[in-house]
Amino acid sequence: MNRRALRKFTNGTFVGLSLVATLTGLACLAAILWTLVSHGLSGMSGQVFREMTPPPGSQGGLLNAIYGSAVMTLLGILIGSPIGVLAGTYLAEYGRISRLSSVVRFINDILLSAPSIIIGLFVYEVIVVRMGHFSAIAGALSLAVLAIPVTLRTTEDMLNLVPIGMKDSSAALGAYPWRTTLSVLYPAARSGIVTGLLLAIARISGETAPLLFTALNNQFWSTNLNAPMANLPVVIFQFALSPYKEWQDLAWAGALIITVTILLLSISARVILAMLQAQRGA
Amino acid sequence: MHRALTFLAFGGGVTLTVAIIDQGHAAKQLLYERIFRSATLSAAILVLVILGGVALALLQGAWPAVSHFGFAFVTREIWNPVTDQFGALAPIYGTVVTSLIAMLIAVPTGFGIALFLTELCPPLLKRPIGVAVELLAAVPSIIFGIWGLFVLAPVLQRHVQPWLIANLGQLPGVGHLFKGPPYGIGILTAGIVLAIMVLPFIAATMRDVFDTVPAMLKESGYGLGATKWEVIWNVVVPHSRAGIVGGVMLGLGRALGETMAVTFVIGNAHRISSSLLAPGTTISSSIANEFTEAVGDLYTSSLIALGLLLFIITFTVIAAAQAMLRRLERRAGIGA
Repeated sequence: MNRRALRKFTNGTFVGLSLVATLTGLACLAAILWTLVSHGLSGMSGQVFREMTPPPGSQGGLLNAIYGSAVMTLLGILIGSPIGVLAGTYLAEYGRISRLSSVVRFINDILLSAPSIIIGLFVYEVIVVRMGHFSAIAGALSLAVLAIPVTLRTTEDMLNLVPIGMKDSSAALGAYPWRTTLSVLYPAARSGIVTGLLLAIARISGETAPLLFTALNNQFWSTNLNAPMANLPVVIFQFALSPYKEWQDLAWAGALIITVTILLLSISARVILAMLQAQRGA
Repeated sequence: MHRALTFLAFGGGVTLTVAIIDQGHAAKQLLYERIFRSATLSAAILVLVILGGVALALLQGAWPAVSHFGFAFVTREIWNPVTDQFGALAPIYGTVVTSLIAMLIAVPTGFGIALFLTELCPPLLKRPIGVAVELLAAVPSIIFGIWGLFVLAPVLQRHVQPWLIANLGQLPGVGHLFKGPPYGIGILTAGIVLAIMVLPFIAATMRDVFDTVPAMLKESGYGLGATKWEVIWNVVVPHSRAGIVGGVMLGLGRALGETMAVTFVIGNAHRISSSLLAPGTTISSSIANEFTEAVGDLYTSSLIALGLLLFIITFTVIAAAQAMLRRLERRAGIGA
């Protein structure tokens, strides 16, 4: 009887502990979101979207930083995602079981978790040093390198989910693999690939470390891709650590903008995936 | 006869034309096929080239520092831009210790969350809680940084650290870890922020691994009268050991390389203190803090050498993690 009580007690303790762990994790998310909303909303105003980043001690907005982030993220995804999608296609269609494919898969998984600051150093060495100055294009390239592994992984997974019968039917009609891929596989896996793109955008739009020594920052409005460009993460970094209240308020507003954007992107990616699964199940 | 010949000739001509057109069509198709195939192949090879390029670029950038300081670079604590003396020991120490603290907190917590999600959670809550954990993983690291600096650090400074100093600071053996003034920022705070950051990765990986345990095995355990915890400890955990280790290593890889969250709360001091409450530095936060301000080739090169060290460390850890997760996947594939 004593032994039974002990077993029940042990069971209760560990079930309780795992409940506590889950609540702790949820509490952290809630605490971070609450801080962001409460601090961010107080710094938020129409000014944030209309004016440039101000000099210390005066009012201003984040327009140039928002623009810069949008441009570099977009360029990054435009450069990175085709490479990721094509490489994913190779792994799923051409080299399914080749030796090269397993090496690429392994390396890709390493790139997926590699510290982003190292990618920043890489682009700094290869592009910034050669060009002699920081530039938006260097920033976009470092983001592209970060986008490749995400799109590669999702593309391969999604292509593998396409029923083999569809591929065989296309081949039986005499279509070459490229035709099958473009006309049958991509359309069939479209929402999955889009999900990968959304996740890649979410991943790179909040990256700070690789932009620190590629795009740097710019206090003024600039559309020149060959010059340093302002961007939200680096502005947040600089402003949050400053002693000026106006800057800190803007940093919180920027943090709120970035987080809301990223959470919306991740949630829509998840919704698309859920719809996809429902469709497949039906 | 004449007619028949014309007909034959005509017929043959049509066939020939069709054959020629067909050949043109096929040649074109084949050409497109070659182009498409080589495009996908080169994209796949580009992934390898990028990783190779990263290694080469870091080696090249780090070479002046490596050749100047030699192996002593990793064993010296000194970091003095004025006299051009650089050693990586303090950043290495900070990186290892903050990651260790993060793992000590995040591994049991992530384990608990994964267990809750797979074994204990009511089905209705499984999805929302799972998504919430994944959203925590999507929050960019700079957000953790400012949250750590403006919210967590003051709380630790006011409520937690004074208690640690008063109660644990006197203990023999571990007391020195909790000595000194409560700065708020420092090694311990960085470790806690890192723990929150890697928690969702560890929890999500472990959850996926636990999900691969066949229901039959678990039901057999319950059928023998085992409690939930006994099934978890004696069936689920042994079955997914490789996956658990893989998940932990993946989290460790993240923690070692994490930059922005740490940079805000570490204090950026290039020295090794015996106290966890003292400010310190990590490899990645040294690079983030000093790189754009570094003057002189040796200074810049030393920072890139730090990057090279980080690359080697994280590459090893992540590669080991992937190898373990892969082994598990293969086994699950065979089992199914």
